[in-house]
Amino acid sequence: MGLDIRMPIGIIFSLYGIILIIYGAVADKSIFQEKSLGVNIDLWWGLALLVFGVFMGALAFRASRSRES
Amino acid sequence: MHPHTVDYAIIGIYFVFVLGIGFALRGRMKTSEDFFLSGRSIPGWITGLAFMSANLGALEVMGHAANAAKYGMFVNHFYWLAAMLAMCFVGVFMMPFYYGSKVRSVPEFLRKRYDEKTRTLNALSFAAMTLLVSGVDLYAMAILFERLLHWPFGASVVASALVVAIYIYLGGLTSSIYNEVLQFFLIVFGFLPLAILGLKAVGGFAGLEAKLPNPGYAHTWANIWHAADNPMGINWFGTIFGLGFVLSFGYWCTDFLVIQRGLAAKDMAAAQRTPLIAAVPKMFFPLLVVLPGLVAIALDPTTKLMMGGRYDNALPAMLGRFYPSGLLGIGLTALLASFMSGMAGNVTAFNTVLTFDIYQTHINPGKDDQHYLTMGRLATVFAVIVGIGTAFIVLRFNNLMDYLQLLFAFFNAPLFGTFLLGMFWKRTSAHSGFWGLLCGILAAATHYTLYHFHYISYPSDMAANFYQAIWAFAVCFCVTVVVTLFTEPRKEEELVGLVYSLTPRPKNSDVPWYERPGVWAIGILALCTVLNIIFW
Repeated sequence: MGLDIRMPIGIIFSLYGIILIIYGAVADKSIFQEKSLGVNIDLWWGLALLVFGVFMGALAFRASRSRES
Repeated sequence: MHPHTVDYAIIGIYFVFVLGIGFALRGRMKTSEDFFLSGRSIPGWITGLAFMSANLGALEVMGHAANAAKYGMFVNHFYWLAAMLAMCFVGVFMMPFYYGSKVRSVPEFLRKRYDEKTRTLNALSFAAMTLLVSGVDLYAMAILFERLLHWPFGASVVASALVVAIYIYLGGLTSSIYNEVLQFFLIVFGFLPLAILGLKAVGGFAGLEAKLPNPGYAHTWANIWHAADNPMGINWFGTIFGLGFVLSFGYWCTDFLVIQRGLAAKDMAAAQRTPLIAAVPKMFFPLLVVLPGLVAIALDPTTKLMMGGRYDNALPAMLGRFYPSGLLGIGLTALLASFMSGMAGNVTAFNTVLTFDIYQTHINPGKDDQHYLTMGRLATVFAVIVGIGTAFIVLRFNNLMDYLQLLFAFFNAPLFGTFLLGMFWKRTSAHSGFWGLLCGILAAATHYTLYHFHYISYPSDMAANFYQAIWAFAVCFCVTVVVTLFTEPRKEEELVGLVYSLTPRPKNSDVPWYERPGVWAIGILALCTVLNIIFW
């Protein structure tokens, strides 16, 4: 199977991470008081998603490099 | 719940990726084996996560959160008693027969072990059950669309069905499995903050325990001895034998929806590892669904405040309560992902059974492979159209979980009796499978009729389902044994690879001990025992 599923997973999670980080940084902070107990959960969870996305992408990238050589 | 542009954008990106995976795999579907079994080429970790994810439909996610709000930690039995033992059993003892005999479906295994009529009966009952179940996920998806985008229910059903139909039509089982892996990670990352924020809101485990409306809600086992003591109204016999043995083994060991993921694995080791890899995240799933359900009932003991009077709303209500815009998009995507993976699992299992076990066997045998590939695609479209119809049946039921457990008690419970005898008792004759299975299904139907018209009664619908499963299994088991004793056994040489005592054990000597399925299973069960004790 030519498609390495880790690559699309890496891309979508990185994308989601970036969206959440930006939104968490610019959004009106009152939504976090109202909903998430004062925690800027968008920013923190965005970071978690980005780390996971980059990790999956890196695994897929390393696998494709070792297939080529 | 008031989603903003950013939330819609996140959901939109998800649809692009799901359909994109289907398009990327379109060119690889050259033979029917590619379409229905992914060419038996997928690594174990992918089939393992897909095995787990195919089961993560609306029932698992919304249904078990609702049950946790209604019955408390008792719901943990679905995970730590029922699923763990059965998943270890199928990986260690049953997968070698499924994968080793090169069958393409569970009914095909029944033809090899028993005869044609057993296979046909199972294929028909499985096809009916799958279509009835796929409507549940479609229904849940459509309800979500209706609330979010304010589309009418009918349009929402059709739109959700269309997306699933497209990606399976294009990429077959591979597309379904790859999407299930993506969906698995989305579900985990989408619901994990709910557990964290929910626990923080009630003040940790100690705070949660203090706020629960009934102290029994905080225990898995403590109230099991007498039916009157626990909110589900089931004693230890009903729980351990009905749920832990009959229903769970019937589901995890014989339901083609999950077994198909194992058959797509690239080799025997990967096939055996499939359910064992799936068992690890499954063990921790109560954190993602049971815990939010408990927090929901702790914060809203009357169910009127947040949940609008319906336990089924527990999980969406928690998303609305704790997720700000942004994260809300991720949470809603996780819900959608769970419904889609559940629905897609049903559709891929259905199109395989319909094509191989009904169409190729009885309607149009002996055509070339391309013919059956096309048939598989048409079966996909057919399954989705009928699924839309069953979504409207579900609309008339008001409790998802009862509907589903009822179907399982009808169709899966007797089947496990047929498999247990077929695989582990070589004397079991060819005729006995059919009669056992038929009588098991009839027993379930009789029990259901008696219960429905109040000739027998149980403390809760769930208790009725557990006992229905026990009766169906017991009748199937006894009838199979009795018919076997009066009919000719099959020749032993025909049963090699199908019956445990006649099949040479796979050689384990060249595999390091830490890669052996038995060792994995022992590790999983040990860890699971620890969890049971902690949350006693």
